[in-house]
Amino acid sequence: MTGVWVTVAVVGAVSVAIKAVPAVILGGREVPAAVTGIFEALAPALLAALVVTQTFGGDEELVLDPRAAGLGAAAVAVALRAPILVAAVVAAVAAAIVRAIT
Amino acid sequence: MLGRYREGIRVSAPFAVAVVAFGVSFGVLARTAGMGAVAPIVFSATTWGGSAQFAAAAILGSGGAVASAIAAALLLNSRYLAMSAAIAPSLTGGALRRALHGVAVVDESWALSARGDGTFDRDKLIGVALTLYPAWLAGTAIGAIGGDAIGDPEALGLDAAFPALFLALMVTQLRSRQHVAAALLGGAIATLLIPFTPAGVPIIAASVAALVGVRGR
Repeated sequence: MTGVWVTVAVVGAVSVAIKAVPAVILGGREVPAAVTGIFEALAPALLAALVVTQTFGGDEELVLDPRAAGLGAAAVAVALRAPILVAAVVAAVAAAIVRAIT
Repeated sequence: MLGRYREGIRVSAPFAVAVVAFGVSFGVLARTAGMGAVAPIVFSATTWGGSAQFAAAAILGSGGAVASAIAAALLLNSRYLAMSAAIAPSLTGGALRRALHGVAVVDESWALSARGDGTFDRDKLIGVALTLYPAWLAGTAIGAIGGDAIGDPEALGLDAAFPALFLALMVTQLRSRQHVAAALLGGAIATLLIPFTPAGVPIIAASVAALVGVRGR
């Protein structure tokens, strides 16, 4: 088996386990209110982390590139209560324009 | 119940467009990285985690060790441990059924099915997954097989679509001061760690910010 297939097999199998095992083991149980509070706050915390890593993340460095212009444009769209698809299109267009002129 | 599935499919439509495009760019990159055409498609079918797959393909393509490709990908997918644990209390049924709901978790399905009170709409989760999984597979196949005929998705600004989608999703989750605090703290933790840690660590470390919710209600 080549390295490519080893990677695909191992990452695939472990990824399925990562997603399935907590759901199976913890599934359907009553959770204390404090834990619910944490789960509630997990969504904004992880989504914020995804926003910054996908906008400013480089190869172990912070980078400022056209994605940042896209995010700025999306922020304006979101503030103006634009639908989610409009925000994504606005971001893509802004990033493409900045990339084309720089 | 069918209505909730349909609701999941409806709300995920904007994401499907971006996911197909992202899948195409993954297919092209994987092909360029010497993974062939079949392996990237199998990779998408099993792993179903865009950033993890990108990292693995990039490392293999630049001649990196198989072990580092695996480690980077798994680190990037480790956030799903937290996400799967979070949906667990909202699940019912036997182990197999719960496992299927767990496997349906990706960033988008998880965030779109979050009700904002710590619980999750499991049927909506499945509805979103039923839209985005085929989208991801189709995109990957188009990129991996037809790769050369397609231009650079970056030139179209598609790499900026995902931060925008996640931002829009995040805003819908800000229902209290604590949520705003969690978002600010999570974003700050991730930003601080980006220069010092391998990709994936900043995201999973940001889950610590959810502890602001511990005093909950």
